[in-house]
Amino acid sequence: MAKETAQNPVEISVRGLDLFYGRFQALKSVEIDILKNQVTALIGPSGCGKSTFLRSLNRMNDMIQGVRTEGVVEFEGRRILDPETDVAELRKRVGMVFQKPNPFPMSVYNNVAYGPRIHGSAGSKSDLDGIVEESLAAAALWGEVKDKLKQSALSLSGGQQQRLCIARLLAVRPDVLLMDEPCSALDPIATLKIEELMRDLKNQYTIVIVTHNMQQAARVSDRTAFFLNGELVEQGDTDMIFTRPKDKRTEDYITGRFG
Amino acid sequence: MSAKSSERAAFLALRICGYAVAAPILLILGLLIVKGAPALSAEFLLSAPRMGLKEGGIFPAIVGTVILVALAISVALPLGVACAVYLNEYAGDSRLTRLIRLSIVNLAGVPSVVFGLFGLGLFVLFLKFGVSILSGSLTLAFLILPVVITASEEALTSVPKSFREASLALGATKMQTILRVVLPNALPGMLTGAILGVSRAAGETAPILFTVAAFYLPRLPSSIFDQAMALPYHLYIVSTQVPGASETVKYGTALVLVSLAFGLNLVAIIARNRIRKQRKW
Repeated sequence: MAKETAQNPVEISVRGLDLFYGRFQALKSVEIDILKNQVTALIGPSGCGKSTFLRSLNRMNDMIQGVRTEGVVEFEGRRILDPETDVAELRKRVGMVFQKPNPFPMSVYNNVAYGPRIHGSAGSKSDLDGIVEESLAAAALWGEVKDKLKQSALSLSGGQQQRLCIARLLAVRPDVLLMDEPCSALDPIATLKIEELMRDLKNQYTIVIVTHNMQQAARVSDRTAFFLNGELVEQGDTDMIFTRPKDKRTEDYITGRFG
Repeated sequence: MSAKSSERAAFLALRICGYAVAAPILLILGLLIVKGAPALSAEFLLSAPRMGLKEGGIFPAIVGTVILVALAISVALPLGVACAVYLNEYAGDSRLTRLIRLSIVNLAGVPSVVFGLFGLGLFVLFLKFGVSILSGSLTLAFLILPVVITASEEALTSVPKSFREASLALGATKMQTILRVVLPNALPGMLTGAILGVSRAAGETAPILFTVAAFYLPRLPSSIFDQAMALPYHLYIVSTQVPGASETVKYGTALVLVSLAFGLNLVAIIARNRIRKQRKW
């Protein structure tokens, strides 16, 4: 895994990213390259800024009043923090899965079809059917729900709901998947399924995942970045971070001395 | 007095207060049913008044009230929902929105006779709609606007933020998110507010007094520029302005009016409970 790192091109490059909630500085000159077709794990104690960082990659922080960002985030050569950025277009390319599964209170089918419908990307009903099946299959959910497409998404189990949310995202055909602690509300078996899924998905997508679970970071990610108090303390190949961390604070965190 | 007996006395006092609140409504209903029920007949509900309002039915008044209320709500609902969407989804917390919210609260506290005079000034005289269904229903629309806005805002607030986030994170615009996710999930709550508004509008006399109400109209209105009879005003007239009107006509009219308002409230309550049960988030 670690060997191929050097060859993967950069998908998102972040330079000197500062983020303020009012007067509180939540991110301090963060610099990182997110590599294509890799899983990048963001770890660190609660409140260290890793979710905030994740949410600045698709401008979800815009929803919070009083947030101010400085620095450069480049995705496909475009500076996405610029005010002129079409955020809807950006989020179509850089999608997000949330901590708590949040399917819409509509049928399984309509959940997955939501994205293609708003973007008008399906030409016909059979096109749309195709996208829905393909997306559910890619999220390893098709077998379980193919007879329940018309049922309410809320009738699915938590783990199924989270995979449905992933399918709903895949139906939009993004390039980057941002996952904000996608397993923290799930049981161990459902967690395992999502982790397997991530390993499959990285062949086609670039994945950034925030996780509280260090075993999870070690299991699924190629690269790991450790945040502390809004600073990106250390980043590198996951093997290196977990076996030979360079920074004392990283070592303390992964050996469980704080956090 | 021992602690136990003083507690007993306090409990008794509280219980009496509780009963005292329920008593007037039960008395009113009881009286109306006992005295008004004999009046209810197909003829009473479906024919026009006769003998200088002393006899006959209240059909034109029922029709007038239904038309007025239907028009009022079809103006107030879109306007109120749009206002609530603006306040809740678009406008942040600014001096302007605080001013708007304050106006809404104050609008709810304005006495209904003032609405009547406002309607007379604006719609009847200034806009030259005359004393007409149009003027009356617009006046009623303004009267119920605060109810509709408040209920709509509550309904919007109750739609979880996670739905909005999910939609936006899929690349939907704010407008798409509101139209496809937020409004469908807020609609039931908004309709509950609308029905409460309707029942309020159906019962008001003062706002229609100067703007639409006809003392007596032997035919049904033929356009929105016609005057119309309405239940609350008709009740006022037969009770105070028509010497010798029969008791049963008075109580029958009151019973029909109260049943209409109660019935609508009941529909709102049942609808709300049903939606609460369906909702799983």
